[in-house]
Amino acid sequence: MRSWKAFVLVRLIRLALVLAGVAVVAFVLVKLSPVDPIDAYLGPDIARVGPEQRALITEKWGLDQPAGVQFVKWLSSMLTGDLGWSVTYNASVADVISERFRSSIVLMGLAWAFSGFIGFSLGIWAGANPGSWSDRIIRLYAYILAATPTFWIAILLLIVFSVGLRWTPVCCAAPIGMLPEDVTLLQRLHHLLLPLIALSILGIAQIALHTRVKMIEIMQSDFVLYARAQGATMLDIVLHHGARNAALPAITVLFASLGELFGGSILAETVFSYPGLGSATIEAGIRGDVPLLLAITLTATLFVSVGNTIADILYHVADPRISSASEAWQGIAE
Amino acid sequence: MTVVVEKPPQTPSLDRANPALVATGIAVLLLAAVLLAAWLLGSSGLASDFQARLQPPSWQHLFGTDMFGRDVLARTIKGLALSLRVGFLAAGISVVIATCLAIVSASGSRLADSLVSLFIDMTMGLPHLVLLILISFALGGGTTAVVIAVAVTHWPRLTRILRAEILQLRNAEYVIVSRNFGKSRWFIARHHILPHLVPQMIVGFVLLFPHAILHEAGLTFLGFGLEPGEPAIGILLSESMRYLLAGKWWLGLFPGLLLVVAVLCFDIIGNGLRVLTDPKAGRP
Repeated sequence: MRSWKAFVLVRLIRLALVLAGVAVVAFVLVKLSPVDPIDAYLGPDIARVGPEQRALITEKWGLDQPAGVQFVKWLSSMLTGDLGWSVTYNASVADVISERFRSSIVLMGLAWAFSGFIGFSLGIWAGANPGSWSDRIIRLYAYILAATPTFWIAILLLIVFSVGLRWTPVCCAAPIGMLPEDVTLLQRLHHLLLPLIALSILGIAQIALHTRVKMIEIMQSDFVLYARAQGATMLDIVLHHGARNAALPAITVLFASLGELFGGSILAETVFSYPGLGSATIEAGIRGDVPLLLAITLTATLFVSVGNTIADILYHVADPRISSASEAWQGIAE
Repeated sequence: MTVVVEKPPQTPSLDRANPALVATGIAVLLLAAVLLAAWLLGSSGLASDFQARLQPPSWQHLFGTDMFGRDVLARTIKGLALSLRVGFLAAGISVVIATCLAIVSASGSRLADSLVSLFIDMTMGLPHLVLLILISFALGGGTTAVVIAVAVTHWPRLTRILRAEILQLRNAEYVIVSRNFGKSRWFIARHHILPHLVPQMIVGFVLLFPHAILHEAGLTFLGFGLEPGEPAIGILLSESMRYLLAGKWWLGLFPGLLLVVAVLCFDIIGNGLRVLTDPKAGRP
């Protein structure tokens, strides 16, 4: 049991190190940028600001100090919860992120669940009958989609369903001109539908391919042979031996793919002008809104790295042999 | 003393890489077409013709024309040529980074190993697209920024594979024998280890290539990197967004379709090569 705690602890320390590393790299990258933060802050007001005022802003923001000092200041204010002010949205960064994250998490969470469920089912089906027509079709689907950019899928969906058939709205998370309080759940779902499909499609392909390989492996194993010898039906074997054993690896992959999910949500949100974290990232990057960009980077890293850490730990649960070296050594010592 | 010659469990054969051959054919044709067309067209195909704005596909303009009357097919081919160039450079740089880091990480120093592994965790822990945006923001855009951004986000997986390969090779019997003969580390690295890494590097390169193209397209689609007027697939698609609502579907359909065909071909070639070089791997 002790080794378990140690394993999780090591993973958590790693997580902290990764976050710290990303903070340093992101800060350096932003400092390297040729975009002047004061110009970006002033925007169109730039003509009305004289050199004295510029100097004042520079001093107030501490831009005249060495980069190291600036970094320490920025990090300490981050750690105390002060994320800064976003010029793009004219609101505090913490507010922007929490509001955007709430609408993004619905999209990403649902896409995550869908791609997991559908991808897993398809993978089990394909893996249970390797070489059959259903397997070939599922594999073809997965291959082609793995090569398709998310934003192009989104554009195609838009062309077919929003413009051609007029079934779905073309943009945003709610009808234009409506107050957020008046929007019904049905309308919300209606607007969520296409981004959701665009985002799920890629995830389905990945999970399906992975589960299929695992399933083929399981179907060739001794315990399945034994079950078959005992007269178990195909359905019985697939449900009780196949799906159970393939579930944990699939969930692991699902957690490890949060990075791609986040990237995909940036693209899907841009195509459908969905007001989530992804479109905020683009705005921050294009307008040079440094505090927002840095905060989003750290939020995204936290989100994805936690996913990776969970995947690591689950991997460990799925196959304890991976850490057998330390455990075997402990066994000898005790 | 009898010498038992073990047959390899499964000889790599061309049959198993059959789809790869087809894909190679298509890819070579596509490459030739793109290069030839880009060269033949020069800049003539990109000229604006306001008489022929937003025309649907016809025999004269197979992919239709855009808002300035430019031929979409010509722009798509130009864009694909750019994508291939960016992908080629980025994947190449990625392979070099991966090889260097794998060698450093497998060199025996534990500190170097954990540092490299921290780098890998960092790159995997940050969504690629966010890192791409950060890097192109830092470098102020341009083709070079896109190449560098794509190159520095794609090395982790290959690094892991190469590192595992080196660690395995270091303990191989012939390397130990060679070491006992008093050969230098440099000699062993050059004559015993590097030749084994080359197939992995080639496969890694071919598999990275389509990913690099996809990321380049995504980055340019979002408006980072290249100038708006330049013909890149991502920019073509992002420009098409404004005209989709007016029913100009060809602007969005064809450039993406050609991109998918190109990516798919290189993906299949890469997987075919992997099967050929590693008979154990089987179909992915």
